[in-house]
Amino acid sequence: MHPRFLTFVWIMTTVGLAAYLAIQISGGNRSLFLPGRTSDGHHQIELACDACHTPFGGVRQEACLECHQAELAAAEDSHAGSKFADPRNAGDLARLDVRQCITCHIEHRPEITEAMGLTLPVDFCHHCHANVVVERPTHRDMSFDTCASAGCHNYHDNRSLYEDFLVRHGNGLPATIPAALPERKAWILREGVDRLPLTAGDADRTTSATPELIDAWAGSAHASAAVACSDCHRSQGSLWADHPSDRVCGSCHELEPQGFVAGKHGMRRSADFNPMTPSQARLPMQPDSMSRTLNCGACHDVHAVNVRHAAVDACLSCHADEHSLAYSGSPHFRLWQAVLSSEGEPGSGVSCASCHLPRERRRVAGEDRIVVQHNQNANLRPNEKMIRDVCLTCHSLTLAIDALADPDLVRRNFVGLPSRHVRSIDMALSRKN
Amino acid sequence: MTHLLSNCRLWLMVAGALLTVLFGCGGNPSGGPDESVGISAKVMADALHAVMESDRTVYATRVVHRLQDQEKVIRASEHWRDDKALPLPAQMFRMGAEEASNKTDTFSYSLLSKWPINKKNAPRTEMEIAGLDRVAKDPSKPFYGRESLGGVEYFMAVYADQAVSPACVTCHNAHQDSPRNDFELGDTMGGIVIRIRLR
Repeated sequence: MHPRFLTFVWIMTTVGLAAYLAIQISGGNRSLFLPGRTSDGHHQIELACDACHTPFGGVRQEACLECHQAELAAAEDSHAGSKFADPRNAGDLARLDVRQCITCHIEHRPEITEAMGLTLPVDFCHHCHANVVVERPTHRDMSFDTCASAGCHNYHDNRSLYEDFLVRHGNGLPATIPAALPERKAWILREGVDRLPLTAGDADRTTSATPELIDAWAGSAHASAAVACSDCHRSQGSLWADHPSDRVCGSCHELEPQGFVAGKHGMRRSADFNPMTPSQARLPMQPDSMSRTLNCGACHDVHAVNVRHAAVDACLSCHADEHSLAYSGSPHFRLWQAVLSSEGEPGSGVSCASCHLPRERRRVAGEDRIVVQHNQNANLRPNEKMIRDVCLTCHSLTLAIDALADPDLVRRNFVGLPSRHVRSIDMALSRKN
Repeated sequence: MTHLLSNCRLWLMVAGALLTVLFGCGGNPSGGPDESVGISAKVMADALHAVMESDRTVYATRVVHRLQDQEKVIRASEHWRDDKALPLPAQMFRMGAEEASNKTDTFSYSLLSKWPINKKNAPRTEMEIAGLDRVAKDPSKPFYGRESLGGVEYFMAVYADQAVSPACVTCHNAHQDSPRNDFELGDTMGGIVIRIRLR
């Protein structure tokens, strides 16, 4: 073949390929550029490249903190970067620059990614704590790969694992005590809540509303709070919207959406993607739920606004992993059923939401509120974060630590007792006695 | 030759005039201190320490000792969030150091001791060891020096940190992790280390 023709073909192929890739990266199929499988925490937004990457600037620390800083601050991060800013730490930082998130968490490296997106060998604590046995002889026979895995330490959040906490909560308490969750404090910011409750006859609806919808609304907390049909369906202007957006919910429920978009259910929204569907999950999901859109209405029946439905049935209509499927055989479920049948005390049932969307006490505008945390992943990274605000409501610290450190027991949804005992409380008590 | 000398004189006069303008008339027209004139690292360290020591003394005596030991209103606790208590004076100091580090890296400060409750606060560099030894022997005289850390040159100063309140002594003597339990009021318990980045 003529060399000129070959040159022409080479140039055209190169130009064509470059044009194709340029089109793909600017809005086409960006998955072509993924260098490897992303972690479970980020896979839903893996095509929002610029959420993490700065063109020609790598992954900025600020990009990590934009999403995770508030959570780390709330956890009183025990290894915050500011703790290492003093130049006297230069030697430690030369070995492991813990001020940068990407020192321990590198994306697109599935072959070295551990739980919590850790990409360092799990014995990384030895870099700075090699002499721990000098201070704590009880640690003599322990290896550094068990620091976090044994339910003893958490790199960022040690609020329920520090020594004095173990002593205070670990001394002779019964494994389980009857208790109830705090009552939610209605979270309504809109004006006009002092209006009288509405009834079915007050429904300012369109003709498309069925009697069932009207009845559901009339029995709801919305009707009790004088929230009329038009307050949601006409909130964004004069035009009636059959399916109002989540923004309408957020106009009254201000805090809940903040948690929602920070968790896996809503994080695609924070990246300006379409809402998640269960087909995008990595956990097993129910086959008939795959195309469901995860917005407020996916869990909350928007007319009945039944929070009991949102607390269990909505979860199980999608989730089909072992832990979820085992719930119906668990002691927690029996407590939930007792409440549903009015045999149990209000608040004493344990639903999916009791643990995964816990009720938090927050000080807002000078007032104490009990608010449901809608980031269902917040207390799962790792699961010891659940101890303080969830498990200790009803259980001893000993049982909580042992249970959460037993993966088989977690899979069985806590049917049975922990198969192993974490010695952290014993060690803490032995030092104090 | 005469012409050449004359030219040199002219250039010298021009240069002299320029220097006069630059250094003689370039100061603050109000006659006050010139903001463009730097201060030595030692003066800066001493000034920083004066503020730190004053704040630390005020917090330890007029806040913690008064509210905890005298008026018994609220106690100070290592776990101040959980206990709804006051932060310990050392925690207060370190939180301030962390806050400052978020704003500037031109200087840093820390509270170290030869008898630390948290072993991470023991001296690590040769200068820290020498400085803490020196101020333990003579608390009236700060220790000054230079050291290179992570490839950066620092001026460093160590000042004695003394027990200014009975609360300091009681807590350190009673703490399980304290390597020394015979402190008395006025004893040097450690040192405030200030580093100023030179280049």
